[in-house]
Amino acid sequence: MHIVDGALSDSVVIGGAVAALAGIAYGIKRMDLDRIPQMGMLSATFFIASLIHVPVGPTSLHLILNGLIGLALGWTAFPALFIALLLQAVFFGYGGIVVLGVNTLNIALPAVVMGLSFRHWIQTSQPKQAAILGGIVGAGSVVLTAIMVAGSLALTGDGFIVAAKLSLISHLPVMVVEALVTAAAVHLLVRVKPDFFSATRQS
Amino acid sequence: MPQFLEHSMTAWKGQRIEHKPSLVDSFDPRARILMAVIFALLVVFSKNLLLPFIGLIIAFVFACLASLHLKRTFRRVIAMDLFVAMMIIMLPFTVTGDELFNVFGLSASKEGFMLAIAIALKANAVVLTMLALVGTMEASTLGHALGRLKVPEKLVHLLLFTVRYLDVISREYRRMRKAMRARAFVPKTNVHTLRSIGYLVGMLLVRSLERSERIYDAMKCRGYCGKLYLFDTMAWQQRDTGLIILAVLFAIFSIASGAYTV
Repeated sequence: MHIVDGALSDSVVIGGAVAALAGIAYGIKRMDLDRIPQMGMLSATFFIASLIHVPVGPTSLHLILNGLIGLALGWTAFPALFIALLLQAVFFGYGGIVVLGVNTLNIALPAVVMGLSFRHWIQTSQPKQAAILGGIVGAGSVVLTAIMVAGSLALTGDGFIVAAKLSLISHLPVMVVEALVTAAAVHLLVRVKPDFFSATRQS
Repeated sequence: MPQFLEHSMTAWKGQRIEHKPSLVDSFDPRARILMAVIFALLVVFSKNLLLPFIGLIIAFVFACLASLHLKRTFRRVIAMDLFVAMMIIMLPFTVTGDELFNVFGLSASKEGFMLAIAIALKANAVVLTMLALVGTMEASTLGHALGRLKVPEKLVHLLLFTVRYLDVISREYRRMRKAMRARAFVPKTNVHTLRSIGYLVGMLLVRSLERSERIYDAMKCRGYCGKLYLFDTMAWQQRDTGLIILAVLFAIFSIASGAYTV
């Protein structure tokens, strides 16, 4: 869920921007110059994947896949997601420009945390087990994102607590969708291209 | 959210959508980015209702000057407004303050109502300005302009590569979806759909990784050493300086109007 401009309090916006900036700076520091074509290609893929709509009952959800992004990109998830959100804000009018830092942090930090803690484990598992772990990563990063979005709203003021709770509830179907999609994607990656997660690992 | 409202989010056509040439295009991309960012910061951090209101009017002027595609812009703004509505509809009832009106025994406060209006004005003003000033340039121009504005080189390169391959991956994705449709795949709310989409994403990743290896080899073959040279014909003109002066004047006006004192 993207938060729009004007909703959050100044301290949340500035705090989020500073933290996101630190993450982006560390992410690009970890990124070798000759890995940039690979990183650009993967972040383009994730951008396109986030445009995929999955029908859920009468409406539809679009994928976030931040768990999978964290698994594939590690710390580079910060700059990659920042660019994706920047393009969405500028060309689709989706989300805001001043809250870009908060939005980047809310999506990228769970990606990095879940991705880095499970990557090695997934690499060394059998496909079935890897798929289950992938599901946990997918669900876990959406839950963390939901908590951070709700947290940004709740920190802004008591008036937003109802909106924060609603946002938590609305992330539940997203969690299920993301868990299953990420599990399937990891299952396929481990079977078809077992060195995927090591090929994308930064030296 | 209904599908038709999210139409703008279902495909990447960034480089293909053609804009009617307008007054906005005659300004330097750097000046447009700076103007948009200064404007957004001033509007978002303001504490009263006057400045967001003036901001929204200015944003409309920008949108007219950029002769934005009416239907497309409207769809995007409405999609965002539904989103905003979900967030702010409860504010009058959850923020405590002087009672303004009563709905089924729930009292709506004046403070909450004002806050909700401020959020709606700010969000619309910023989005319209962004679409008008920055959204009308090509994505690669945005990358070059950011590079010229001293954004870190690696970040600019990552943006340029991402934008370049969005088209490629988008075509690949549509090809794979067509192949799925040819095999009678209809997305529904079930595990089969989610598994198929997951395999689709996985396969897309495998192919893009392999493609990036071929691209890297081809680039190395042509002497790539980790540096992209930004060739562009950006020229700062007097009118760009004028735009920045306007931004500064607006900043002075905003501060003088007492919009940042609580």
